[in-house]
Amino acid sequence: MSAAIIDIILWGSVAALAVIAWQRGRLVLTTSVREGTMDFINIVPRIALGVIGSGYIAAVIPAEIITGWLGPNSGWLGVLTAVIAGAATPGGPVVGFSIGAVALKAGGGAPQIIAYVVAWALFAFQRLLLWEIPFMPARFVWFRAAVSLPFPFLAAAIAMAIGRP
Amino acid sequence: MSELPLKDPAPADDAAEAEPRPGRIRKPIGWSMIVIAVLVAVSAALVYRRDGIDGVLEILTHDLALFGGILPRVLAGCLLGAFIAEILPHEKVSRSLGPKSGLKGLLIGTAFGAILPGGPFTAYPVASALLTVGADFGATIAMVVSWTLIGYGRAVAWELPIMGTDFTLWRIVISLPLPVLAGALGRFVYVRMYSRIAP
Repeated sequence: MSAAIIDIILWGSVAALAVIAWQRGRLVLTTSVREGTMDFINIVPRIALGVIGSGYIAAVIPAEIITGWLGPNSGWLGVLTAVIAGAATPGGPVVGFSIGAVALKAGGGAPQIIAYVVAWALFAFQRLLLWEIPFMPARFVWFRAAVSLPFPFLAAAIAMAIGRP
Repeated sequence: MSELPLKDPAPADDAAEAEPRPGRIRKPIGWSMIVIAVLVAVSAALVYRRDGIDGVLEILTHDLALFGGILPRVLAGCLLGAFIAEILPHEKVSRSLGPKSGLKGLLIGTAFGAILPGGPFTAYPVASALLTVGADFGATIAMVVSWTLIGYGRAVAWELPIMGTDFTLWRIVISLPLPVLAGALGRFVYVRMYSRIAP
């Protein structure tokens, strides 16, 4: 259901940009389509390796280990563990958020879980390798991940400061 | 020290306008891909030892289905990136998202990341396109971080149903300042790391 909405917005945006390109001239449109298709052809093998391979990586890092790391820890040590766990979590959004939800129910501290979710969103290693590297210059990917390091901690600090609503 | 990689998209003043688009990076195999391949191979071998050939095949069929489902979206993302690279005027992009764009550039990057539709298959090609047309690392970092932390796509599709509304809203509010801060930090570090190359 939500997947259908995403597809509609996505292809709608593509169509809108195609119309703009077409208005600029046929050449702009054909060049863009050719460039995009070439990018696609070049990226498919890398995505194939990532997506088809990711199931194996997820299978050897069981979710229980990561939930264990999150635990009902508190304090900054808990935040640090949460950040490492977030970076190490394999798989897609279902896995990441489910682990967060489990930890929340199991009594994990809210700042720790914020840190976990933010760290996972910012630099889960599997997403860096499987999604970002194929699409973007590797130099940018590593740089961005390094620059992102302090922010799960900052998020946890804000969470501790303002508390839960 | 003297021959650091010089392919950086850094500010080429206004001369950048004259030269043709420097083409996206298309190295079929880099060391990162080799690392991934090794990681996948080792993991697959571990699964094989644990679950036998059935376990390996089960994951393979599941992931093949996933791959098939994602492909059209990857195509859409690539087209989106190509259109953006082709349509957006380069000097305008480097003015509003380039190294000298200041706080405004970071805010534009953040807003753009927050409203961008689709998943990783859109965000990353678009980010890559922005880099080629003159956005700097800072603004692009703001965009990627904003997409991942406050973009509505993932929040609505996955986080709300799994984590609940309270937690999701709370987390997004806390995350609001992060993209701009990450972009600013990125810019700060980038300038100091590469200032000797692009004076």
